[in-house]
Amino acid sequence: MTLSVREALLTFRRWPALSLLSITTIAFALFVVGMFALVALNLRNTLRSIEERVEIVMYLTRGTPVEVATVAIEDIEGFPEVGSVRYVTEGEALLRANEEMVEFQGIFGELETNPLPASFEIQLLPGFRNTESAQMVSERLRGFAFAEDIRYGQDWVEKLDDLRGVAGLVGLLIGGAFAIASLIIIGTTIRMSVMQRAREISIMRLVGATDGFIRRPFLLEGCLKGALGGVAAVGLNFAAFYAIDRVLFDVAFFTLPQAALIVGFGVGLGLLASATSVGRHLRQV
Amino acid sequence: MIRFQKVFKAYGKSLALKDVTLHVHKGEFVFLTGHSGAGKSTILRMVYVDQLPTSGEVRISGYRTDTLSNRDIAKLRRRLGIVFQDFRLLADRTTEENVAFALEVTGCRRSVIGPKVSRVLTQVGLVQKAQQYPNELSGGEQQRVAIARALVNDPFVILADEPTGNLDERATRGIFQLLKDINANGTAVVMATHDLDLVRQTHYRSVELQDGVVVFDSAIDEHIVEESAI
Repeated sequence: MTLSVREALLTFRRWPALSLLSITTIAFALFVVGMFALVALNLRNTLRSIEERVEIVMYLTRGTPVEVATVAIEDIEGFPEVGSVRYVTEGEALLRANEEMVEFQGIFGELETNPLPASFEIQLLPGFRNTESAQMVSERLRGFAFAEDIRYGQDWVEKLDDLRGVAGLVGLLIGGAFAIASLIIIGTTIRMSVMQRAREISIMRLVGATDGFIRRPFLLEGCLKGALGGVAAVGLNFAAFYAIDRVLFDVAFFTLPQAALIVGFGVGLGLLASATSVGRHLRQV
Repeated sequence: MIRFQKVFKAYGKSLALKDVTLHVHKGEFVFLTGHSGAGKSTILRMVYVDQLPTSGEVRISGYRTDTLSNRDIAKLRRRLGIVFQDFRLLADRTTEENVAFALEVTGCRRSVIGPKVSRVLTQVGLVQKAQQYPNELSGGEQQRVAIARALVNDPFVILADEPTGNLDERATRGIFQLLKDINANGTAVVMATHDLDLVRQTHYRSVELQDGVVVFDSAIDEHIVEESAI
């Protein structure tokens, strides 16, 4: 094992330019993957904050007694999808309309009777903030005799669902394409390293080294290059994040496990690429 | 120990070996002679299982080479010492490291490697040059390093493919003497060579090849000559 580690490390000393080229290529490939992951991460965060705002509003029939409404609130809070229910009385609705719709303030003031109905503002629990759950809860709410109208912004909830689906798919496709491109680049650089050491490999075979033994330093080399490339990529991603965060707008960066995942991805790519390259070479000679 | 039985080897349409039957005994010194392309190197390559026969059978220490797994081939090569005309040393390693390399790849412990390398470097007369790189050595010295590397695993046979082909006369004599000494210690040597003067200097067995056919084997033909003389 020590020989394999030594051989893998020696590669960096023997061919510093080629090693640097490999690591730089891996770093840039993973940087692009990382940038995409950052975009996906921030998109997900944004979608989550929009999701927080998904709520169902149930308008009550005029004249519904407060006692009836209070009992209904307890019932609704018992729904497994529901997090909280807020009772907005007719008076509160008018007050809010006065505050929020400044341009109609005069009209509201002249009214003799309050035209706005009382309502329940129902917040769903995380995990239930989607069209399907909102629809199910709405159906149940319709069972209340005093339910005048129920709204949950079907259109934009559905659009939000679609957007999330599309974002996921695009992420998967672009991420996959870059992963394949990284694999090819890493494979090629490792193959160059294998070709450089073709003579050494043939001598190793002649003196009785097994294929597994010959493969080991290359696999370690691939892992090491992948890891170094991954660390450099995370560094570049951080630089990009820092610039955007300072100059343009607030964005989120990877958590430590997420950054480790990128480095791990580099290690995996390096391992896979070197295994393929050295395997192909050993089959050919 | 090494047995070729009716071996044919084809490269595309041309035949490199035709119906070769050959038996090398334990501790024997055998010359393989013949012109370039006669099939000398092909025979050696079949012994270290770099090539397999197209038909016929090659057995090394009782094992049929065409049935060996990759792992078994590696194990067999650890028991062979292979020497080439172009030395095949690693340019970025010292004499000592080149020799140690053959032990390291077999997973040998470091405590064992040091003494073994010293022993073979003493045997080939290169202890003083242990820390020098191949480009700092003469051709003869480089070939000695290659022989030391071949010897370090205590092989039962040394396969030498034109080991003196790149050397001047003085170095050639030195390398040949070294191979004779190794053989005198009980290790078989199979040496492919163009140099008939070397062959004539000794009474070792010689096998001559012509276009892939064994046309003369001193172990058989001289026996026939002796019998017919009687």
